[in-house]
Amino acid sequence: MCRMSEFVVREAIVPDLAETTKEGVIREMVRSLQAAGHFTGSDPAEIVRAILRREQLGSTGIGRNIAIPHTKHDAVERLVGTVALSRKGVPFESIDGQQVHVLVLLVSPKDRPGDHLRALENVVRSMRNDEFVQLLRQAQTRDEIWQLLERDAAAK
Amino acid sequence: MPGGPDTVSEPLRREVTVRNPQGLHMRPAAAFAELASRYQSKVTVYRADQPVDGKNWLELLLLAAEEGTTLVLEVAGTDAPAALDALADALAAVPTDDAADPVG
Repeated sequence: MCRMSEFVVREAIVPDLAETTKEGVIREMVRSLQAAGHFTGSDPAEIVRAILRREQLGSTGIGRNIAIPHTKHDAVERLVGTVALSRKGVPFESIDGQQVHVLVLLVSPKDRPGDHLRALENVVRSMRNDEFVQLLRQAQTRDEIWQLLERDAAAK
Repeated sequence: MPGGPDTVSEPLRREVTVRNPQGLHMRPAAAFAELASRYQSKVTVYRADQPVDGKNWLELLLLAAEEGTTLVLEVAGTDAPAALDALADALAAVPTDDAADPVG
């Protein structure tokens, strides 16, 4: 339920983000999830706004070129997310001032704080591994990224 | 040499239960770590046997501490008593703004 290979929607992985701003990449990731069949009956723009509101409270740019934008929203019944890579880098007001190249988006149901916490824990735990992050950044396709997530989950 | 100003203080410990309905998520973890960093003392937070550095907010997220989780706060240093009180309060706090905007 809470490992990346369990909540990341494979079809929504974005191996090469086109957008280059914080709002742009978040929008691109939300649209990717929508295209993969999620958020039906909800306005994706509202989900983007919720994620950006959370960013205003404190950037989710956790350093080392990684960001974990997230929100809780009625649009989902279970935790969903995606992984996206930016080749150019996105300014994210990160804690270390570095641009972001790896993003993990999480959208959780409002009434499941435990799942949300465990998902955050898993993402943070995986991203502590420099080798994992490096391999992610080198991945060129959705399949490669997916395989890295599965391998990482199996290693836990 | 007998105990003097250079003697390392014994760590102080206190059990604290997380009361935030959203648990110890990113924002309260960052706030706790920021507060902990203001003290000279070493700050460790345990969930069962798992210790994390209380001044490192990403490590605090590794605890995945939901509402109702009991953690042990351990503080060691010259300002330990003040740190223990302030940090125990922070860990057990229920933020008022979370209810209005329940984001992690």
